[in-house]
Amino acid sequence: MKKDTIAAISTGMTNSGIGIVRISGDEAFKVIDRIYTGKEILSKADSHTIHYGYIKRNRDIIDEVLVTVMKAPKTFTGEDTVEINCHGGIFVIQKILETVLENGARTAEPGEFTKRAFLNGKMDLSQAEAVIDVIQSKNEYALKSSISQLKGSIRRKIEDIRKEILYHTAFIETALDDPEHISVDGYGERLRKTVEEIKIELKKLISSSDNGRIMKEGIQTVIVGKPNAGKSSLLNVLSGKERAIVTDIEGTTRDILEEQIQIQGLNLNIIDTAGIRDTEDIIEKMGVEKAKEYVKDADLVLYVADVSRSLDENDEKILNLVYNKKTIILLNKSDLESVITKQDMKEKINKIISKSISDGKDISSKIPMIDISAKEEQGIQEFEEILKKMFIKGNLSFNDEIYITNLRQKSALKEALKSLEKVTESIYKKMPEDFYSIDLMDAYEALGSITGETIGEDLINEIFSKFCMGK
Amino acid sequence: MKYSVNSVWENKDVYDIVVVGAGHAGCEAALASARLGFKTIMFTVSVDSIALMPCNPNIGGSSKGHLVREVDALGGEMGKIIDRTFIQSKMLNSSKGPAVHSLRAQADKAEYTKEMRRVLQNQKNLDIRQMEVTNILTEDGKITGIQTYSGAIYRCRAVILCTGTYLKARCIYGEVSMQTGPNGLQSANYLTDSLKSLGIKMYRFKTGTPARIDKNTIDFSKMEEQKGDNRIIPFSFTTDPEDVQIEQVSCWLTYTNEKTHEIIKNNLDRSPLFSGMIEGTGPRYCPSIEDKVVKFSDKNRHQVFIEPEGLNTTEMYIGGMSSSLPEDVQYAMYRSVPGLEHAKIVRNAYAIEYDCIDARQLKSTLEFKNIEGLFSGGQFNGSSGYEEAAAQGLIAGINAARKLQGKEGIVIDRSEGYIGVLIDDLVTKESHEPYRMMTSRAEYRLLLRQDNADLRLTKIGYEVGLIDEKRYKDLLKKENMIEEEIKRMEHTNIGTSDEVQKLLSSYESTPLVSGTTLADLIRRPELSYEALAPIDKERVVLPYDVKEQVEINIKYEGYIKRQKRQVEQFKKLENKKIPQNINYDDIQSLRIEAKQKLSQLCPESIGQASRISGVSPADISVLLVYLESYYKKN
Repeated sequence: MKKDTIAAISTGMTNSGIGIVRISGDEAFKVIDRIYTGKEILSKADSHTIHYGYIKRNRDIIDEVLVTVMKAPKTFTGEDTVEINCHGGIFVIQKILETVLENGARTAEPGEFTKRAFLNGKMDLSQAEAVIDVIQSKNEYALKSSISQLKGSIRRKIEDIRKEILYHTAFIETALDDPEHISVDGYGERLRKTVEEIKIELKKLISSSDNGRIMKEGIQTVIVGKPNAGKSSLLNVLSGKERAIVTDIEGTTRDILEEQIQIQGLNLNIIDTAGIRDTEDIIEKMGVEKAKEYVKDADLVLYVADVSRSLDENDEKILNLVYNKKTIILLNKSDLESVITKQDMKEKINKIISKSISDGKDISSKIPMIDISAKEEQGIQEFEEILKKMFIKGNLSFNDEIYITNLRQKSALKEALKSLEKVTESIYKKMPEDFYSIDLMDAYEALGSITGETIGEDLINEIFSKFCMGK
Repeated sequence: MKYSVNSVWENKDVYDIVVVGAGHAGCEAALASARLGFKTIMFTVSVDSIALMPCNPNIGGSSKGHLVREVDALGGEMGKIIDRTFIQSKMLNSSKGPAVHSLRAQADKAEYTKEMRRVLQNQKNLDIRQMEVTNILTEDGKITGIQTYSGAIYRCRAVILCTGTYLKARCIYGEVSMQTGPNGLQSANYLTDSLKSLGIKMYRFKTGTPARIDKNTIDFSKMEEQKGDNRIIPFSFTTDPEDVQIEQVSCWLTYTNEKTHEIIKNNLDRSPLFSGMIEGTGPRYCPSIEDKVVKFSDKNRHQVFIEPEGLNTTEMYIGGMSSSLPEDVQYAMYRSVPGLEHAKIVRNAYAIEYDCIDARQLKSTLEFKNIEGLFSGGQFNGSSGYEEAAAQGLIAGINAARKLQGKEGIVIDRSEGYIGVLIDDLVTKESHEPYRMMTSRAEYRLLLRQDNADLRLTKIGYEVGLIDEKRYKDLLKKENMIEEEIKRMEHTNIGTSDEVQKLLSSYESTPLVSGTTLADLIRRPELSYEALAPIDKERVVLPYDVKEQVEINIKYEGYIKRQKRQVEQFKKLENKKIPQNINYDDIQSLRIEAKQKLSQLCPESIGQASRISGVSPADISVLLVYLESYYKKN
C-alpha cells in the first residue's frame, strides 16, 4: 500500500474553537520543518511534545499555532504524525492545509487515516468491519459530493480540456505505433500552442477555485412549505439581481429548483421544493418525497408558512420534518390579514415535540421566527441578520467533505498544470515527441480524477476512432 | 460437426508435454519445454506449415519489435530465426525517443519457415507429428492426455494449446466462404467442442489479409522505393551485428485514390462484413480497406505498401489493402492503384473467422484457472500477430515445464516487459477484438526499451534454464561496464578550457560559465556521449551497446527516475497476493459490481484487482483491510 504522506483537517469546518490539521506518513516531519518557524526544528524534537510557533507560507505568517509532534509507532496511524492546532477560522485552516499540501503531503483519501491505523496494526481485528464501512461510506459520500457538487460549467470545461489533451496524445501515439503511415515530425510547434491555451484555462480554474467557485460550495439550504405559501416568491426575492449572484445549475429536476445565492458574504445553495401536502397525484407525490430527502441532507431549512391560512395537518407534517434541523420559520404574507401568530406556531411545535419526545423542553423558542412579506420584500433584512448570527455562533457550518473535495480538486488542477508545464519544457528542449504524451496523459488522468473518470481504454479507443492505422 | 472413432488406441510413447499447433506460439512453447528437459510432442495439421506467416511478411514493428527482443532475452527463438532469414530491416521511430525505437524486418517467409523447422527437428526431446487433435482428456480437473482425429490417445502431464486461427476456421470473400484455415490449410473443427465440454468459454474473432500480386505485373516506376537501413541492427542479442549486413530488397509505396474508393463504395453491399455474413469481431487497428474508406471518408487516399514475400517467389504483399470484397471487385480495386494497373492476383484477399477463448479464464502463468496442466498461448488467447504469439508461447512453454518441475510459474509483470503488459491485459481486461501490442499500452515504457530487454529479462531466462552460463556471465559483465561508465561520467569534471568551449560552440551549445560534469553535458539535448569524446581524456573504448545504455540512462535520467518511483508503488500492490479461496460475497462493503467482477476473475494480487474495470479505488481499500484481517485470523 501507499506509504506517502497524507494530510487532512481533522476537526469540522466550523468557525469556532480550534482547528487541527493532521499530517501522517514518512515525510510528516520533513513537511512541518519546511513550513514551521519556532524555537526548535520539529524533526529533532522529542516525541509526544507540543511546540509553539508560526506556520509560514512563502514568507507570510498564516497563523500562530501549537504543533504536536508524535513519532511512530505510538500514534493513531502508527506512522510519524504531526498535528497543527490553529485558530479555528475556516479561512485559516484552509490556508494551513494548502500550505501543507504544497510542501510534500497529499490530501488523505476518505477514511485513509483509519485505514492506515488498521493496516499498521493499531486497531483490533474486531474493528476491521467498522473500518471497511467507514472507508466505503466516506468514499461513496465523497464521490457523490465531488460529482454532484461540481458546477456544470466547470465540468464541461474540464471535459473539453480532457478531450483536447486526449486527441493530441492519441495522434502522437498513433504516429509512434504506425510511423510509416502517420508522421509526427514538427508536431511540437502545434502542440505548444494548444498546451499554452489549456494552461491559461487551467490557471483560470485554479484561481476560481480559490474563490470557492468550482464547487457548489456553501450552505445547503432547502425551502419547504405548503403549496402556495410563497416559497418561490421568497426565492425570487432572495435571488433578486440587485443583491445576489445567481447561477444556473445543471441537473436540477423538474420539480426542484436550485440556485446559488450570496447573502452577507455567505454562500447558500438554495433548493426550492414542491409544496408538501398529502396528495394522490403521482408526480406531485414524487416531488414531495424528494423534498423530504433534501430536508434530511440540508444544513439549513427555511420553512415558509402562510399566515393568511390557518395551520393544518400539512403544517404538522412539515414541522415534524424540520423541528430537529437548523430551521428558520418565515411567517409569510404579513401584508395580508393574519390568522396565525408566532405564538400559534410555537404551540404547534411544542405539541408535536411532546408527542414524539417525553420531556418536551421549549425547543420552539430556539427556532427563529420572522414575519416577512415576500411580495412587499419586508423582513428580508431581519432574515439576513439572523442567518449571519447563526453562522458566526457556529450553529451553521459548511459540509466539510465538500470543502475537502474542493481542495482535492484544486490539487488535481495544479497537478495537471504541472504536467503541462513539463510538456512545454520538453517541447522547448526539443525532446522527442514520445515524451510529450507521457506528461499529457498525466494531465489527462489528474483532470479525470475531478470528474470522477478513470482512464481505462480511453487512449486506445481514441486512437482507433480518430486515426486511420495501417495494415 | 460430430464424428465417431472406432479405432481408439493408446500410443505408448512417453510424453510429458503436448503442444497443439506449430505456429509462432507453438514453436516457442515446444522448444522451451523440450529445452527444459521434458519429452515434448508438437501436433500440427500440416508439417509444411510450421512457423507459417499467413499474413504480413514481417517480424517486429512498433512495440512488436520489443516483444521479439524480450523473447530473445528470455531464451526464445524468434529473434535468431529472423536474423538469419530477413531480406530488409529498419529501426522504426529512430528520430524519436529510445523507448519507441522498434526494429522491423521483412522476412523471407519460406526461409523463415524452413529455418524454424530445422531448429525444431534438431531439438532433443522434441517430436513433430502431423495430426489434428480433437479431444483434451482430463481427470478430476487435471490434464491426463489428448486424443487425435485418428483415435489415438497420447498420455501427458501438460497440454499447451496454440491453435492460432485454425479452430472452426472459415475464410470469406464476397459470397465465397470456405471451411479452411489460413492459406487454404485444413481447419481444426472438433477441438472447440471438447473445450466447451470442459467448461471453457469461447469467443469468435475475425481478421483479414490483403491479396498477393505477381511482381512481374507491377509497374514499380509509379511507386516510391522504400529501402532498408544502412546499418542493420540484429534482433537477437546473440547475433553478431557484422553477420547481418546483407544486401537488402526494397519495399514500395503507392496510394489508393478517389477511383479506388468509388469502386469500394459501389460494392459495399456485396461485402460480407456489411451484409452480416461475418459474425466475428474484427480488429480496429487493422481495418480492411473497405472499413477505412467508410470510417475515414474524409481521406482521399490511403497508403499502400508493396512488400516482397521472399527471394524465391514473385508474390508481393499489398499492405494496407486487406479486404473481404468479392473477387471481381478485388481485381477492379487493386488495378485502380498507380503501378497496379495490370496487376495479376496470385492469392485473393480474404477475411478469416475462428474460435478463440476469453483469456480471463487464464492465470498470469497462462495456465487455465480451472484445469490443472492446461496452458495456452497465441491467437487462441485472443491476441493477434506473430510476435504476440511467440511471446505467449514461450511463457506458456516455460510455465508448463516449471509446473512439472514443481516450481512456481514465471510471471513477467507490467514493469518488467511488454510481455507482462500483453499477458496481464489478456488475462485481466475484457476484449472484444484480437489484441495487438501497442507502445501506448505500456505504462512504464521508458524503462521497457528494446535496447535493454537483455538487462531486464536475461537473468530470468538464466534462472529458468534457457540461457546458458556464458551468456549470463556476459550480461553481468555488460551490467558492470555500464554502471562503471555512468559513475565515471557523473564524477568527471570538465573545466571551462578553450577546447571545451570550442567543442560546445561547434554543437551550438551554450558555453560553460563554470565547471560541470560530463554527465551534465550529455543531458543537453544537442550533445551526446559520442560528441564529448574529444574532451573526455580518460575514455576507453566500450562496446556499442554499453555506450548506448550509458547515454540513455544519463540523458533521460529524470524521466527514468520518475517511472522507477511509479514502479515502486506498482510493485507494492502487485506483491499483495490474494488467496484464491476468498469468498467475495462475504465482504459486506464491496459494491455489488465489484463483488461480481472479483468473484468471476479471482485476481492474483491487489494490483491485478485494481486493473479490473468496475472495481473502484474504494473497493481496493476495502479489500486491503479485509485481507489484512484475513491474514491475521489465519
